[in-house]
Amino acid sequence: MRKAIGGALAAALLLLAAGCSGSDDDSGGTTGGGKVELTYWSWAPNMDKVVEGWNAGHPDIHVTVNKQDGGDPAVTKLLTAIKAGSGAPDVMQAEYQKIPTLVSADAIADVAGEAGTLKAKFPDSAWNAVTLGSESVYGIPQDSGPMMFYYRADVFGKLQISPPATWDQYADAARKIHSANRKQYLGTFSANDPGWFAGLAQQAGASWWGVQGDSWTVNINDAATQKVAGYWGGLVQEGVIANTPMYTPDWNAALNDGTQVGWLSAVWAPGVLEGNAASTKGRWKVAALPQWDPAKPAGGNWGGSATSVTTQSKHKKQAVEFITWLNTDPAALKALAGTANIYPAATDATSTALTSPPAFFADQKDFYAIAAEAGKVSNPFTYGPNVNVAYSAYNDAFGKAAEAKQSAAFTGALATMQSTTVSDMKTAGFKVAG
Amino acid sequence: MTTLPAVTPAAERSAVTTAADRPGRGRRRSGTPYAFLAPALMLFTAFLGAPVVYAGYLSVRRVKISGLGLGRSSRVEQWAGLSNYTRVLTDSEFLPSVGRIALYGLIVVPLMLGGALLMALLIDGGRSRAGGFARTAIFLPYAVPAVIASLLWGFLYLPRISPIADVLNSAGLSAPNVFSSSWVLYAVANIAIWGGMGFNMIVLYTALRTIPGELSEAARIDGASDVQIALRIKIPVILPSLIMTFVFSLIATLQVFAEPMTLRPLANTISATWTPLMMVYRDAFIRNDIHAAAATSVVIAVATFALSFGFLKLVGSRAFRQED
Repeated sequence: MRKAIGGALAAALLLLAAGCSGSDDDSGGTTGGGKVELTYWSWAPNMDKVVEGWNAGHPDIHVTVNKQDGGDPAVTKLLTAIKAGSGAPDVMQAEYQKIPTLVSADAIADVAGEAGTLKAKFPDSAWNAVTLGSESVYGIPQDSGPMMFYYRADVFGKLQISPPATWDQYADAARKIHSANRKQYLGTFSANDPGWFAGLAQQAGASWWGVQGDSWTVNINDAATQKVAGYWGGLVQEGVIANTPMYTPDWNAALNDGTQVGWLSAVWAPGVLEGNAASTKGRWKVAALPQWDPAKPAGGNWGGSATSVTTQSKHKKQAVEFITWLNTDPAALKALAGTANIYPAATDATSTALTSPPAFFADQKDFYAIAAEAGKVSNPFTYGPNVNVAYSAYNDAFGKAAEAKQSAAFTGALATMQSTTVSDMKTAGFKVAG
Repeated sequence: MTTLPAVTPAAERSAVTTAADRPGRGRRRSGTPYAFLAPALMLFTAFLGAPVVYAGYLSVRRVKISGLGLGRSSRVEQWAGLSNYTRVLTDSEFLPSVGRIALYGLIVVPLMLGGALLMALLIDGGRSRAGGFARTAIFLPYAVPAVIASLLWGFLYLPRISPIADVLNSAGLSAPNVFSSSWVLYAVANIAIWGGMGFNMIVLYTALRTIPGELSEAARIDGASDVQIALRIKIPVILPSLIMTFVFSLIATLQVFAEPMTLRPLANTISATWTPLMMVYRDAFIRNDIHAAAATSVVIAVATFALSFGFLKLVGSRAFRQED
């Protein structure tokens, strides 16, 4: 009896293995009567369920989702497959800041011919991220991360502070909170989260890279970013906000025990708060990002990704057809928001797909209205081909500055970031203007 | 930590006798030993020799990008000569990271080996009752992988969740910020000492066990104290083992990577180029420049080779004289 079960199990495993290798083998190939098989690498949860909707309605183009580990490992894997000449999927989820690196490695294809007309469906900032400000289109925006301000409504209420509309008011609120309770902070300056800082610089009007003719421009140490660095350096020097990194066990504990009573984050923050500070449920509220000039509202992005077609795909046309559906079709947007927990980049998604607030913010009915408002005003921001280098320089230089607690060190850190980034690009052979 | 199994003289001896048992056969079929060696040699070539040669090859190549770097024809691999090496050696981060691990080594090696020797002597002295338990307890941290150990210590270092900080706070003391620039080197060194002491203790203890009991007994009859026995008899006899553990610790110091890499997200004070091996990682996976990474690796390998063999040459003739 036991033997029989074992035999059946082994047979089942063999079948499974055969099934897996089978689908791997004919990835990118056609099977019988013109049916096209596409493979899709993504790390978003439940993406296979979203894709089921496509497969049901398109018997001639079948998409297989291949779940990947986060952004960086998937990019490394893709670059290896591209270098090896085979093994890349047809469609790939690509974070906005990785797109220049992927384009520069000739890993993702220009689909301007097939998808160039979709521009109107997305906010300028997202469209700029997939075009690098050029005529080419290296993917279709999938999700974006408009930045917002999250705060503990109970603490604000007790101290009679209203959510800050400007950065001056944010600084005042930080001072009030810290002087009322020496252990409490409205936020922390994280030297480990360059994406967070880039979003704040984007709001202030910075765009760190750019394309000028046949050369790159690098503007990390510009006036807008200087303003942001100086502002945070001042608050750290004053001691009214913390200087420890985000996403550490220490920071989680601080969110949970009420030592951190605010967080400048993005639209995906409710998931993080729910996971890290579950016991504070019901006490958080969300507001728009504080402004430099309330007369000219601006926003920034933290995170977000596009869906791109790889250069190894033999079915570029069908792949573009699929990613267009995935990121613009109302049913697909609804599935992306509801099943895959993604905040779709498409501008009309708010009205069709995001009708009820996230569970952690059940009381805040206007959650997605605030998010949509924040997404609309995001300034365009172009990433360069060596974002990793700039980000690593951010960690090192701002780590030192945060430790030194000197405002001058913060603005100085930007100069280090700029020179490290430019010299890396020049060493690699990129043409850099200026 | 890099460790190599210590070959005991007994094992060597038995291998020699079995070969000597059948001298006739061995001489007639002279191919046999090579057949036995072949698998090991193949593995050595495939997994050590070839990668080393390949790394050497990579280190003299480079990828040249032109213009915007977009598109198929914009990158070419070309001969680089020694330019990768000059870049590594003139990198402004290189010397500070070398200086950092030099200081790290000055802290870790004496403390770890001193502690290991002291504990080995204490357990060997037989005065402690729970010798077996103590031996296991001291060795146990070595069984914890460096990454896990770093995570564990990271939790103990973070003020808001550390039980140590809780105890200090309730005693009215404020816990020091272990991740501040003045403490972080010690924080990392502490993990290495914690993890490595037990291993070295076992090596030294095993060497101590080979000393015939009559030696200490005779010394004791002559009126020598435990300290005198340790200093005049035991330590000189196990000097070769001490030298071996020193060389291993030296190599481990040059290769320190897992601990700072794991602690990096928790602190402001550990840079991407904190140690030379982290520089290799940065070049390969952050800067996407496998060629510079290969050059840095070669530099580290040569330094490791020179330091360990230089040291052995320095002490070798004197330390191993007793064994001859």
